[in-house]
Amino acid sequence: MRDMKRITNALALAVFWIAGLTTVVVLGAVILYVFVNGIGHLNLAFIFTKPHGVNAEGGIWPMIVSTLYVTGLAMVIVTPIAVLAAVYLAEYAVQGRLVRIIRFAADTLAGVPSIVMGLFGLALFVEGMGFGFSVLSGALALSFLMLPIVMRTTEEAIRAVPKFIRWGSYGLGATKWQTVSRIVLPAAMPRIITGLILATGRAVGETAVVIFTMGTMINTPLFPSDPGRSMTVHLYQMAMEGINLPAAFGTALLLMVMILFFNLSARWLLRRNRRMQG
Amino acid sequence: MTDEPRMEDMPSVRGEVSNLKLVSRATYFKEAALKNLFLLCAFMAVAGVALIFVFVGYRGWPIFSEVGAGNFLFGMEWLPTEGLFGILPLFVGSIVVTVGALLLGTPLAVGAAVFLSEIAPPKVRSIVRPAIELLAGVPSVVYGFFGLLILRPIVADLTGGLGFGPLTAWIILAIMIVPTIATLTEDALHSIPGGVREASYAMGATTWQTISRVLLPAAKIGIVDAIILGMGRAIGETMAVLMVVGNAPGFFRGMGEPLSTLTSQIVMDMPYASGMHRTALFGMAIILFLVSMGLVLTVRLLSRLREETS
Repeated sequence: MRDMKRITNALALAVFWIAGLTTVVVLGAVILYVFVNGIGHLNLAFIFTKPHGVNAEGGIWPMIVSTLYVTGLAMVIVTPIAVLAAVYLAEYAVQGRLVRIIRFAADTLAGVPSIVMGLFGLALFVEGMGFGFSVLSGALALSFLMLPIVMRTTEEAIRAVPKFIRWGSYGLGATKWQTVSRIVLPAAMPRIITGLILATGRAVGETAVVIFTMGTMINTPLFPSDPGRSMTVHLYQMAMEGINLPAAFGTALLLMVMILFFNLSARWLLRRNRRMQG
Repeated sequence: MTDEPRMEDMPSVRGEVSNLKLVSRATYFKEAALKNLFLLCAFMAVAGVALIFVFVGYRGWPIFSEVGAGNFLFGMEWLPTEGLFGILPLFVGSIVVTVGALLLGTPLAVGAAVFLSEIAPPKVRSIVRPAIELLAGVPSVVYGFFGLLILRPIVADLTGGLGFGPLTAWIILAIMIVPTIATLTEDALHSIPGGVREASYAMGATTWQTISRVLLPAAKIGIVDAIILGMGRAIGETMAVLMVVGNAPGFFRGMGEPLSTLTSQIVMDMPYASGMHRTALFGMAIILFLVSMGLVLTVRLLSRLREETS
């Protein structure tokens, strides 16, 4: 009886170990596979030249520019709105129906499938407002995708700021806005930036939204009204058409490197901040 | 505003009473204006949901009014060139792909969460947790690429087809929903007070008995929440599914036979669709939007239930 209990326990624990380690193995497999196949193709010429020919030979510079452009613009649009929205929810809002509606809307927005967001961007920005397939349309659609993410991380960051710091500020006669802008937001800044970086990483990897808003044209965008093709869309098209697989691997690797960079720098920032606070 | 100190009520520290009062009134209005500005920003989330509903709905509505909700939702055939816009096969495809992914992914994700929260030594945990977070960050198109080149040939050998089909999609989606379910399950396990575990161990229970009879039942609603959100992720996933599922808009015929889902069909058809075909694609987007909204609503109702019971 006692042996049974011990054996069952050991078996169950083994299963949990396997489940836990499987996630690491899968991540390792995906990263290793993309790395091994892509590293041979990744060089300066691949990054800094334009593609040419039917097989999209050459580099992927226009896609890199398009990706960074649309993501950067989306971040510029979403940051002030999302941060101030989080300030409202964390500092000003009184619990009630209004706040419940806002939170439900944010959750819904976070759950909207990216293809729906893409069609929405197509209907409103590309066709409705006449922006056409452009970096601006893509950035606006992406900003709706990023809004709930940045709102949530920022709200958590603001709530993590100790209450007594606020009391100290009020005690000196500061107004609410003075307290928020000069005391609370600076204290929450590292975690807010962490959230922004994570949302940016998410936007860089987004495909279904940008394919219907920024378009698929290979172009190095200069103005926000120019069309472009993101790296994800490029990878998708090359993979589905089965053309130029080495370049597809190179694109995938560069995409993974960018996203790993975003994620790791966010983690690093968070850890450094935690250490500084003791 | 009422519970916060206002400048008008406070004695001046510098003795410039009148001057300070004047500035204070301006400050008071500024504060009120700022508060409303922030409220407006927060309302952008509501505006976003409303805009999506209005604009996608406006484009998709004719499919309900002209083709008919019955023909659209319950039509058995998707043949846009012949004017048949039945999305039932696509909807069933989405369900098949999602359910299979949940069956494969949930045990793995819950197992990983239990491992992280109850079993793993700190050193192992510091490797596994970042791995799960990074898995969430991998773009879906990269998962699709991986599935297309690595999994598809393996599945092709197993099932005898080309490897495009539900089985490949299940495996890829299962991997993709693991981070969602695992993170939320771990949160649910963390919210169980430590004393509960100690009580169980004190009665001579093994780790497995504590997990299976005490912790998992206690975290039940949290785990259900996690699975529902994982389901939302799976049903809305587009690119990865699109690249491995085969895109044949018929009913499920087998694990290795091509299939199509709502999301994958939208991306496949959108570049060339026009007229009512295009409208139908927007109609499918409305359905997807309503489904994802319904799942979020379910999670909220569940969490209210949890608050009431505890």
